[in-house]
Parts: sequence; structure tokens; C-alpha cells
Amino acid sequence: MMLVLLITVLMVGAVAAVVAGEWNRYLPRWIALLASAAGLLLVTLLWANTSPHSVTDGQWLMDFRKEWIPSFGITFHLAVDGLSLLLLALTFFLGVLAVLCSWDEIRERTGFYYFNLLWILAGVAGVFMAMDMFLFYFFWEVMLIPMYFLIGIWGSENRVYAAYKFFIFTQASGLLMFLAILGLYFIHGRDTGIYTFGYFELIETVIPFKTAFWLMSGFMIAFAVKLPVFPFHTWLPDAHGEAPTAGSLILAGLLLKTGAYGMLRFVVPMFPEVVTDVAVPAMVLGVAGIVYGAVMAYSQTDLKRLVAFTSVSHMGFVITGIFALNELALQGVVMQLVTHALSTGALFLMAGMIKERLHTRDIGQMGGLWGPMPQMGTIGLVFAMASLGLPGLGNFVAEFLILLGVFQAQPWITVAAASGLIFSAVYSLRIVGKIFLGPRRTMEAVPDFSFREMLIMAALTVSVVWLGLFPQPVINTARPAITELIRFMDVHSAASHHQSYVK
Amino acid sequence: MKTTVSAEVVVLLAGLLFALGIVGVIIRKNIIFMLLSVEIMLNASGLAFVAAGSRWGQPDGQVMFVFILAMAAAEVSIGLALILQIYHQHKSLDIDNLKEMNG
Amino acid sequence: MDKYLWLIPALPLGGFLILALAGKQLSRSSVAIVGAGSICLSALVTFVVGGAFLAGMPANAVYTQTLWTWFEVGAFSAKITLSLDVLSLLFIFVITFIGALIHIYSTAFMEADRDYARFFASMNLFVFSMLVLVLADNLLLMYLGWEGVGLCSYLLIGFWYEQQANGNAARKAFTVTRIGDAAMAIGLFMVFQQAGTLVMSDIGANASTIWQPNSTVVTVTALLLLAGGLGKSAQLPLQTWLPDAMAGPSPVSALIHAATMVTAGVYLVARMHAIFALSETARLVIAVIGAATLLLAGLTALTQYDIKRVLAYSTISQIGYMFLALGVGAWTAAIFHFMVHAFFKALLFLAAGTIIESLHHEHNMFKMGGLKDKMPVVFWTFLAGALSLAAVPLISAGFYSKDQILWYSWTANGGSPVLWMVALSGALITAAYTTRMMILTFWGEAHTPVGHLPGRRITMPLIVLAVFSIFAGFVELPHNFGHFTLFSDLLHPVLPETVMRAEIPSEWLFQLLAALATLGGVFLGYHYYYQQPARLESLRRNAMLASLHRFWFLGWGFDALYDRLLVKPFIFISKINKSDVTDRLYTGIAAATGEMYKLLSRTQSGSLRWYIMGLVVGAILILGIQIML
Repeated sequence: MMLVLLITVLMVGAVAAVVAGEWNRYLPRWIALLASAAGLLLVTLLWANTSPHSVTDGQWLMDFRKEWIPSFGITFHLAVDGLSLLLLALTFFLGVLAVLCSWDEIRERTGFYYFNLLWILAGVAGVFMAMDMFLFYFFWEVMLIPMYFLIGIWGSENRVYAAYKFFIFTQASGLLMFLAILGLYFIHGRDTGIYTFGYFELIETVIPFKTAFWLMSGFMIAFAVKLPVFPFHTWLPDAHGEAPTAGSLILAGLLLKTGAYGMLRFVVPMFPEVVTDVAVPAMVLGVAGIVYGAVMAYSQTDLKRLVAFTSVSHMGFVITGIFALNELALQGVVMQLVTHALSTGALFLMAGMIKERLHTRDIGQMGGLWGPMPQMGTIGLVFAMASLGLPGLGNFVAEFLILLGVFQAQPWITVAAASGLIFSAVYSLRIVGKIFLGPRRTMEAVPDFSFREMLIMAALTVSVVWLGLFPQPVINTARPAITELIRFMDVHSAASHHQSYVK
Repeated sequence: MKTTVSAEVVVLLAGLLFALGIVGVIIRKNIIFMLLSVEIMLNASGLAFVAAGSRWGQPDGQVMFVFILAMAAAEVSIGLALILQIYHQHKSLDIDNLKEMNG
Repeated sequence: MDKYLWLIPALPLGGFLILALAGKQLSRSSVAIVGAGSICLSALVTFVVGGAFLAGMPANAVYTQTLWTWFEVGAFSAKITLSLDVLSLLFIFVITFIGALIHIYSTAFMEADRDYARFFASMNLFVFSMLVLVLADNLLLMYLGWEGVGLCSYLLIGFWYEQQANGNAARKAFTVTRIGDAAMAIGLFMVFQQAGTLVMSDIGANASTIWQPNSTVVTVTALLLLAGGLGKSAQLPLQTWLPDAMAGPSPVSALIHAATMVTAGVYLVARMHAIFALSETARLVIAVIGAATLLLAGLTALTQYDIKRVLAYSTISQIGYMFLALGVGAWTAAIFHFMVHAFFKALLFLAAGTIIESLHHEHNMFKMGGLKDKMPVVFWTFLAGALSLAAVPLISAGFYSKDQILWYSWTANGGSPVLWMVALSGALITAAYTTRMMILTFWGEAHTPVGHLPGRRITMPLIVLAVFSIFAGFVELPHNFGHFTLFSDLLHPVLPETVMRAEIPSEWLFQLLAALATLGGVFLGYHYYYQQPARLESLRRNAMLASLHRFWFLGWGFDALYDRLLVKPFIFISKINKSDVTDRLYTGIAAATGEMYKLLSRTQSGSLRWYIMGLVVGAILILGIQIML
């Protein structure tokens, strides 16, 4: 029941916000804060109640299932394991921060804004919990449309182009995924006579290799666009650049993670043979993303686009790690999802704060801001260091585990990926240097952090430092899911090999 | 002596009339003449139905003709009303002037 | 006593936290007390713990203290464990003791600076990171310290951030060392894959069973680890960042870029000597790099006119000696030189800083002069340091350490006459540029008037360091002076004996030659800069020599090479692709769709007759197809 509550709290809060927005401009943000904070509380309770068992009792921590449209085999099935719990906690944490950072920034149509914000969060939460493919697709689309509105209405100058681009990319790839889901549905139905969209039934389907390849591609294209993987990343800089601050925060912090989650939850267990087959090309694409994103980040003059490209680079690590298919790399991937959300989210927040003060995102007009804003300078430095993977901060643990894991699988690919360490230093220092160091270029008054901003940034800083020094709880929470995934893969790859021998 | 006209000839006549009607619709620029041509097409198809009804000895052919007649009457009245409005607006009955719904 | 190990890095960390969070609110003197006091306390704890360690040597000559498990995934486990053995004890002694002196010096030196608290916060964080680096018991924790010192170096080089050049120098330092660090990370992966652990003592103990001697695997691993060391220690080919790092305040140069951070590479190689011992190729590479670096840097130091840059290149050169020693297997000699060098180089940098301050930020030695009488304390202490640097025989500590290296560069098993020749020429050049530096700065007529003289907080550290620069060498006398080998005996549990060649020439001869090289260098400096400066003019007019001078001055063209080979292409590719060429695919699809739209919208002509025509033709076609099929 708690799982449904997580989603309904957000949806109800959203409706309340949009209704309240009709009377009072300031009420919706309080309602939104209340709703997201309530959700955060619920998730914390969930985590506290389940963590002692997570190591021994098996993978799944909580489950909720109800028949929805039985004639099509669609059930309303939500379930949470360590992986989804971590991501849910991240969702609500960033949700609260998103509401807080839009506090003063959004002035028109606030009710509708918070409605969209909370619906996106609900969609993301649903994606992380859905165990029925139709339900999953439903929530996938729920994430999409409010985000389109968010970017298109409250974004910056080029917002309409960016919103369209985001929408078409995600929608088109989502439709291909839906085709793959339908394909899976029909194959399973034809083989077993049971037509169902349920996840636990569908992962047992035995699919001939050729078809499996196409089905996997259908899923992969949706997740590859979302993650984003190298050639499909071009929507990201525009969307991140033009979105309002909270939009960028949610986009970078959560929506990108849904792509990775989809790969871990669906692609790898459902198509283990194909995954092992395409592992090396996928890792190569990942490395291409790492390098390309980093090189691109260097030349950008728009701060948000710069940070967006750093996201592309970091997500390259994620896909390289996923396709290494061993415990070290997969744990690193989980850490990277969590810490990247925090650190890149913080960088976007900072970019938004600077935009509010200087009314520009052009780094050529910034410089020497450490003097008037030492607090922002220090925090900015901390997150730039997180971005380049300084040990002692969370991102290092993630990148180290990923590289260590990938090294066990493909040493040469690791060497190429390690170049990402050098490039990340280059662009991170560029961020710090261009914004905070050097002579002042504009003499506008730039106040340092307000109390609300300090609160947000402090929360993120503490999280990222804590994860850097004490990452073990996160690793332990994700462990059952990861070990189960690897075991599942080994069993099913072996089984299918047997089958092909028998043929 | 009763001379029965064979159904094939009547259908042939209907076809010819239909063709004439189509040609009239395509070629004519005056809206009223286009409407007239459409009427000819409708009547031609009605004729074909009557001929078929007589061929098979069923009353359905005559029934369909009554349907067509009713429909044609309704359509002509509305069509003429529209034509009146068009003339009122464009001061001409040339169909090539009505090109606004393009692109 | 091992329970108190954590205090040693924790005290500077505490200082950092206090100053970072509340520094702006504290008064100058409070900041000074916290900033310098934390290091002094740390030095005190070091003495106490170190004393206890040496007095009652524990079981396997190691104190360990595990704080918590950092992270553990599958077969991989990394703990935050501090371990103290003689090698790390030596390093923490140098770091905390010299660090404390430099911090006391800085309380006066940085007095007038607006960002007093930020300076001490960064310095404390640096000392913390460096202590973690040498106290770490596993390679991953060491890597944390390794990157931490890189960060602090960046913060401190670019301390006066309003000048763009300082930020650029800081960025250069970080990026160049990052290249080494990335290679070292790959080395770490290889070590883990082969050894299953990153705990340094376990690796060292089992090295010969894990790796085959002289196999490709161990050589590659060793070279990758070395690359990290080359970056941090500014050796060839990653040496270009150190001269530019002189943009930072002089205490920074003294602490980071002379005594501690740049010796991290030496520490790494010494600590992992078991791996390096297994690969002849790697050792050869180390020795050759050390030798080449010491020569290149020495010649460049001879041409510089900025006093700090002379000292910077001198540091690169002296660390080259340490690497040379490591490469030929003279492990303790390298560490000995590290210790002595830390004293005299820190001294020289601090003294140079004082001079620069007193002469109103004048860095150019040719504009100094006549300071011998004007700044006597600085003169005498600088002289002590210079004597050590030049390795003047018998009376300076530098002589004993450098002489040892020279000796081993031929006689150790990995040594060769070529290496010895290079090292000897290096000694001559060192003495030459040192004398040049002394003469230009202290003798002759005063080109710049002296401002205020340094106070006690500045002169006391200088004097202490000067004393050590002279006397610290006496802990290890050469073999033919008597068998007083306190230093190498101390390091015996950790570092192996130097393996010697079969036939060893006479040590007296070597010492004589070394002494002659030094004195010869001193004479050269004296001759060209004091006795007959006019002869220098005539040399300058020689075109070939002038271009050689210019080439050496520019650091043998490495900066220009890297700029052309790496920096410019990167920036070029990045800039031409700014609007992202892969986006063309998608905007292409959008454009194609637009074109099709334009094409198809022409069929919506609005003309009713065309529509009817279309209907009719379509009907005929469909009927026709029906009839045919």
C-alpha cells in the first residue's frame, strides 16, 4: 500500500496545487513542498523498515499487485528492491530540492507549474516501481508530457525548440519501445498461451536470438535516448539549457537515471544472450560518449549546455559499466546514478542561481565571482571536484568501481575510458576558472547564498561528501538486486546455450 | 406489341450519362453547371438502379431510386443556398476564385 | 601509541574545517593560531608517536590503525587504515616539522593578505592530504591523498585568483598531474587484478609470487605506477607544470613544490619497491628519466633570471637525482637525499620569498644585488641552503646525500658509467647556477632598495632550517669515513640493501671527483658573475650560444611541444564542433520532413476542380487495378 501512496501523494498534491493556484499565487509551492516532503518521509520510513532484511531475505522488499485490465493481461503491479529503493529516495530528495529551488524563480502560472513538477515526479516514481510492462510504459509517458510543458512554458529564450526536440526524441523512442513490449507480449502469449504484460512472467520468455535482438533494440533505443548514449544525446544540451532550474535538476537528476534503470531492470534480464553479444560495441559507444561529451563540454560558452555535456560524459561511464556485466561495475553504476544526480544537480542549481543574479548563462561574461560570493565559490569548487572524481566525494567511488569492473572485462576499453579522468579535469577546472577566478567582468551586485539556497546546497554537499566517505550503506542496499541480476544472467545465458546445442 | 428494353442497354445509357456528368463536373467552371452535372450523375446512378431492379424483378431498385431522389433534393437545396452565399461574397460564380483553403 | 596515529592527519583536517567554515568570522591572530597551531600540534604528536615507535619497535616494524571500511564490493575491499613504518615516519616528520616551520613563517608572510583564512585553510587541507598519502596502508587511500594534494596545489597556486595567469598556472599543474594520475589509476587496476588486493604491505610481501620477474605484466604495471609519480614529481615528460607553479605564494612553493608534494613520486616508488625490483626495464626507465631530467632542468636553471624559477628548475633537477637513485636500486640514498633536500629547498624558497617581499615583489635576480649587508640573516641562512644545494664538500648536508647518489649511480647493480657522468655534470651545473644565484642576489651593487626587514616569525624558521641543512647530513656518513650509517640502518626494515656490482672502484676517487665537480661549478659561477662579467657579454654575443641559451631558457621546448601537439588540437576540435556535428543528423531529419511538407502541401491547392480531378483519377486507377488483379 505504501508504494501506491508514494505515487498518489504526488498526484493529489499536484491537483491540489493547480486548483489552489487559481486563487493564490503562493499557495501551490507550499502544497508542492508538503507533498514532496511527505513522499520523502514515506521513502525514508520504507528504507528504515526494510534495510535490515535487504541482505538476507532475497531481492524484493515490498510488493503491491492488483488486477487492472485482465482481458489484456495488464495488472497494476508495483514492487521495490534495493535498486529501486535507492532511486526512489533520490527521486523524492531531488523533488524537495526542486520545489525549493523554484520558490522564487517561477512567478507566472505557479499552480500549473507545480502540477507539472509533481506529475513528473509521480511518473518517475512509477517508472522505478512498475512491474508490469504496460504500467511501465504508462508511467514513462507520464514523465514526458509535463516535462514538455515545463520546458516549453517556463524555460528560456529557445524553449519551444528545446521542448519540441525533447518531446519528439523521447516520444519516438518510447513508441519503438512500446512496439518491442507488444512484440514480447505476443511472443510470450503465442508460446505459453498466456497473454500478459507482467514483468516476472515476461522475463522467463524464451526468445530466438534474431527476434530477441530486434526486441532488445526497441527497448534499448528508448533507454539509449534517455540516458543518453552517444549518437542520441543531442536533445540533452538543448533541453537542459533552456529548461528552468528545477527542470534541469529533475532532467539531469532523475529522467536520465530512468534510462539506466530501464537497462538494468529490463534489457539485461530479458535478453541476456543478446546483451552479452552486444556488450563490447555498447561499451565502445559508452567510451565514445565519455570522450565526446567531455570534448564538447570544453567549448561551450553557455554554462548550462556545458554542464549538460558533462552529463553526457558521465552517463557514458554508466553504459560502459552496465555492459561490463560484473558486480564491481554494476555497483559502480548504481553509485554513479546516485552521486551524479547529486553533483550535476548541484551544478545546475548553481547555474540557475548565477542566472538569477547575472541574467546570463554566458560564461564569457562571468569571472572573479569568488570575491563577492565566496560561499558559492567554495560549493561550486566542491561540485566541480565531484564532477572530476576527486576521492573523498561520492563520484570517485562510482567511477573507480566502474573502471575497476570494466577492467576485469575489457582492459583496453578501460584505458580509453580512463582518458575521461583527464578530460573531466579539463572541463571542471574550466567551469571553476571561468566563473569564479580571474578578473571581474561585470560589476553587478551579486549577493551570496540566501538561507534557502544555502539549505539546498548544504544538503547536497553533505550528501556527496557522506557518500564519498561512507558509501557502504548504498552498496549494501543495492547488493541483493545486483547479485540477483548477475545470477539470473548467468543461469539464462547458460540455459540458452544449452538450447542452441540441442537444436 | 410490347418492346422490352434490355437492362444492359439501360445500364449503358446510365453509364454514359454518368460519364457525361463527370466530364461536366471536371470541365465546367460555373458552379451552377457543376451542380447540374452532379445532378445528372445522381440521376444516372438512379437509372442504373431502376434498370437493375427491373432486371431482377425486385422492388429494391425502385426503393433506391426514391432514396436517391430524396437525397438529391436535399443536397440541391443546400448546394444552391451555398452558391447564393458564394455569389454574395465573391460576386462571381467562377469556381477558380474559391482557392482560399490551400497550403 | 598506535591509537593516536589518527591524530596526526586529523589535526590539520580539523584546522581546515574550522577555517573553511568559520574563517571569515575569526580574527587574524585566531586564524594564525588555528592554522599554524594545528600543524605544530600534529608535529608534536608525530614526535611522540615516532619516538615511541622507534624506542619500542613493534612486531613487524609497523603501527597500524584501522578507522573504518571505506567500501567493499565483491572481492574488492578498501579500508581507511593508517600504517606507520620507518619510511612513512620519516616522511611525516619532514611534512609536519617543515610544515610547521613554514606555517609559522606564513603567519607573518601572508599578514597583509585579504584572504588570510582561505590561505591557511588550503594549507591545512594540503598537509592533511599529504599525511594521508604517506600514512595510507593501501593504494586506494594513498590515491585519495594523492588527488587531495593535487587539489590543494591547484587552490594554492591560483591563490591570488584575480590574475588570470595564476589561475592558468594552477589549471596547468592540475591537468598535467592528472595525466599521470590517470595512468596510475590504470596501474592500480592492474595491481588489483594481479594481486587481488591493494594493501601495500601485502603486495610487497607477496610480489615475487604474484608476478614473474621481468614479465610484460609487471613491467607495464610498474611503468603505469611510475607515470603517476612522474606527474606529481614533475619529472620528464610531465615536468612542465612546476616552473609555472611559482605563481603561488612562496610558502606554498616551499611546502608543496619543494619539500612534500613533489616528493610523492619518490615515496610511491620507494614504497612499491617490490614491484619495481621485479622489472629491470622499469628500473632502467626510472634511472634514465632521473638522469635526463636532472641534466635538462639543471641547464635550464642556469639560464633563468627569476629567482623562484631557478629554484623550481633546481627542484626538478634534485628530484631527478632521487629518481636516479631509485632507478639504480639505491633506495635509502634516494630517501636520504629527499630528507636533506626538503630542508634546504624549503629554506631557499622561504628566503627567496622574504627577499622578494622586501624588494617590493621584485623577482628578477639581475635587479637584486648587494643584499649581503642589507639582509644579513637572510644572507647567512640562504648561504647555508646554497652550500647544501651545491653539495659543497664536508660542511653541508647536501654533500653527503648527493655524494651517495653519485657513488651508487656507478657502483650499484643498475648503475652505469653513463649515469654517473650525467650525474656528475649535473653536480657541476648545480653548483654553477647556485653560485650564480647567490652572487647576483647578494653581491654587487643594490639595484633595488630594500624595504622592510623580516621579523622574528620569518627569520626563526629560516635559521632552524639552515641548521638542519648543514647538520642533517651527518646521520649518514660515506663508507670510507667510518661506518656511521644511522639513516640506512633506520630504514633497513622497509627498504632493501642496495645491490652492488661485482667490481667496485675506490670510493675516495669518486668523492674527490664529486668535490672537484662542485668546486669547479662554484668557480665557474664565481668567474663569470663576479670576477669577469664582461666575458659573459662576449658569450652572449655568440649567435649559437645565444640560441642555445634561449632553447634552455624555454625549458627545452617542452611547453611549446605540448601546446602544439595536445592543447591546440584539443581546443580546435572542441571549438569547431561547438554546435555538435551529430545534431546534424536529427536537424537533417527535421529539415527533410519540412521539405516533404512543402512538397505535399502543394497538392492542397484549394482549387475544387483539382480535387475532383484527383478523385476521379484515383477512382479509375483503383477500379482498374481491381479489374486487373
